Amino acid sequence: MSETVEDPRVQMIRERLTAALRPERLEIIDETARHAGHEGARAGGGHYIVTIVSPAFAGKKPIERHRMVYDALGEAMHKEIHALSIKALAPGEA
Amino acid sequence: MTDDVLERIRKQVESNPVILYMKGTPEFPMCGYSARAAQALQQCGVEFAYVNVLMDPEIFENLPRFANWPTFPQLYINGELVGGCDITLELFEKGELQKMVREAVERHRAKTGEAETDGERQGG
Repeated sequence: MSETVEDPRVQMIRERLTAALRPERLEIIDETARHAGHEGARAGGGHYIVTIVSPAFAGKKPIERHRMVYDALGEAMHKEIHALSIKALAPGEA
Repeated sequence: MTDDVLERIRKQVESNPVILYMKGTPEFPMCGYSARAAQALQQCGVEFAYVNVLMDPEIFENLPRFANWPTFPQLYINGELVGGCDITLELFEKGELQKMVREAVERHRAKTGEAETDGERQGG
């Protein structure tokens, strides 16, 4: 059985979003290396791009969807995560 | 102290129909996300206000709590948080941002004439 070892921070993001939002699809791209030397990167926070498809977003405005993602990540938004780009979709949306 | 800064933020978002809290300025953005949000707004062709949060540590520290939104940039239209970079660009690509800011500026003009505002101005 082969297993890809995931960065612990990506794993943490995946676990929290999965627990809170039960996504049908969840893709996390770690862009931290591209931002090395950046002010936030020096402080230790990572840069991530999250694409998440969840029924929980149905009928919600973009700002509400993003807040749900931030709420699920909790205090990690100020520690492990410096920047997060979010694409939050309900099933069936492009 | 903290109440003062919250009052200052409230005044800024209420007296400016379109205001962007960003890292750096539209001419010299200090962060890619702020740069992209400012650029989208400039392309809307209306005047907007901005606050460089790197030059205002009080706002930098307190705005996320005020807004219940953890990151910068933050775009406010008609006193209400619209979102950060992703949402701003999403709306711009759909052509909705252009409409929203134009309507906000017109509504504000009709209401106040050309009143003094708090915050720096960026011509569009």
